[in-house]
Amino acid sequence: MRRRRRDRAAGTPRPVPASLSAGDTARTAFAGLRTRPGRVVLSALGIAIGIATMTAVLGVSASSRADLMRRLDALGTNLLTAEAGDTLFGGKARLPKESPGMVGRIPGVRDVGATGLLDVAVRRTGKVPEEETGGLSVRAATEGLPRTLRAGMRSGTWLNAANSRYPAVVLGSVAAQRLGVTSPGEQVWIEDRYFTVVGILDALPLAPEIERSALVGWDGAARLLGFDGHPTTIYERSAEDRVRDVAGLLAATINPRNPEEVRVGRPSDALAARAAAGDAFTSLLLGLGAVALLVGGVGVANTMIISVLERRHEIGLRRSLGATRGQIRVQFVMESLLLSALGGLAGAVLGVAATYAFALARGMPFALPPWSVGAGLGATLLIGTVAGLYPAIRAARLSPTLALHAA
Amino acid sequence: MIAETNGTARAGRAGAAVVELTGVTKRYPGGVAALEDVDLTIARGELVAIVGPSGSGKSTLLHIVGTLDLPSEGAVRIAGHDVAALADRELAALRARHLGFVFQSFHLSPGLSALDNVAEGLLYAGIPRGERRRRAAEALERVGLADRVTHRPHELSGGQRQRVAIARAVAGDPLLLLADEPTGALDTASGEAVVSLLRDLHAEGSTIAVITHDPEIAASFPRRVRLRDGRVVEDTANPAGRPDQAAPAGNSVREGAA
Repeated sequence: MRRRRRDRAAGTPRPVPASLSAGDTARTAFAGLRTRPGRVVLSALGIAIGIATMTAVLGVSASSRADLMRRLDALGTNLLTAEAGDTLFGGKARLPKESPGMVGRIPGVRDVGATGLLDVAVRRTGKVPEEETGGLSVRAATEGLPRTLRAGMRSGTWLNAANSRYPAVVLGSVAAQRLGVTSPGEQVWIEDRYFTVVGILDALPLAPEIERSALVGWDGAARLLGFDGHPTTIYERSAEDRVRDVAGLLAATINPRNPEEVRVGRPSDALAARAAAGDAFTSLLLGLGAVALLVGGVGVANTMIISVLERRHEIGLRRSLGATRGQIRVQFVMESLLLSALGGLAGAVLGVAATYAFALARGMPFALPPWSVGAGLGATLLIGTVAGLYPAIRAARLSPTLALHAA
Repeated sequence: MIAETNGTARAGRAGAAVVELTGVTKRYPGGVAALEDVDLTIARGELVAIVGPSGSGKSTLLHIVGTLDLPSEGAVRIAGHDVAALADRELAALRARHLGFVFQSFHLSPGLSALDNVAEGLLYAGIPRGERRRRAAEALERVGLADRVTHRPHELSGGQRQRVAIARAVAGDPLLLLADEPTGALDTASGEAVVSLLRDLHAEGSTIAVITHDPEIAASFPRRVRLRDGRVVEDTANPAGRPDQAAPAGNSVREGAA
């Protein structure tokens, strides 16, 4: 601009443009949108789809996570396992026979259970080929196992001193399903004889290996199936605040001579990790939402450019009425902002509704990270500004005389 | 009669000239000169017709007087301000305060009522909304459309639309009203009504410059400035109602005033 300070009429103050109030700015921008409702809806739709996708993806994954955490809370995170690992020379290590009893003496430990994996197969009848194990295994189990695992009985009873004298077996939930056993009293074939099913366990999310096992009493296994009495897995439940201490002592207690041969694990960790990890699918959907948002932004920019071309007369008129270039710029950026904010708001409502419907249908708790709505709105405003900037600059640069030329 | 007293009163004040062009030339890229060495002074209270065939530079002159365009050479003073010394935003402020525009094609916002269209004319003068609407209602009354306040432009006739546009231009009491072929898009009767409205506004003291190619309208105005090929070829002052400029307003006289 030429700004030569030589106003000949000394004493004539230089005219200062009045600034528009926020209300007038918003009203002007809104009026620009109101006259083209169809186009506003269509170009806001792109933003709405993007925001809705991202909100719903975040909401669904948060709801799933909340559901998992809720289940985890119900299962408890104070369960530890100790398994036989590998020896220094690569062989299979064995846990000492007396180790379950030793674990029970660690301060803080409440319940102890143990299983011993047997090298035999469980089948429906002896006529089923031995290779068809159905992914099931046979384990010897101590009496304390169900209490330690908080395993409920779906039907029947757990192994006890009385029924252990006979060939009795308790099936995990998956094992029962795969063997086609629905109620106690039925028989399954283990090694070379029929065992009578005395009970079926409930699902055990923290011990999927038990779900897939036929469990035989500790002594019965030794007598009937040649079990050597060495446990392969020890389950231990302790006070919630002692879990870390117990975990530190567990290996040395079980096998004082070779503690490195004991693998200590916390089954809830796997579930917790699954809950914490935003899985790849969520990221992919989130990326898709971002792309939709970006395309929506391009749509808004496009609409605004067309709007500037169509409204040359209006821009010329406003300039003749005394609008500065800055005021024209602000007007069009505001319009773009309003446009995308409209889309963003609709999208957020849609996304929340979709999350709610999903959670309701799946029986999950409804959860939505509060920052996701804020981030969505922030992204909307950013996109609205960026999309509106170029059209607004073009509008402000328009020569008023050209703009006023009769169509 | 009113015009006479107003004219006398205003002529007595310092800087009574609203528009002072001195040696104004406008060349467009490519070397086409739309205006060549134009001198023109419009005093307060004048009603001037700027006439000429199309391509004579009328519109360019209006744009330069309206500070929508800057001259290639020469000096332009509007309301006492040297236009060349002002930044773009200061020119915008000058237009907001002191100039009112009326266009051949009205340029009303289709989505707004007559009242809001008129109020929009005061938006950039920094007047609060309630006051804008109050003044807009007054201006509509002045142009005889008090009963059309809530009508949208498409519900009005061409003549009424132009009167709304005129109300918008005068709502802020500008020093100068610039009208670019205000009757160009109207039938004869509506055109006459608009011209008579402009005369009434002039009688109330407004300074008005009207671009027209209608010789009848031009002949009925107190002063005519005729352009041809970018030059002023005739500038007559009708003595009636113009006591301070009784002598034919030649270019040399105006130069003295600048």
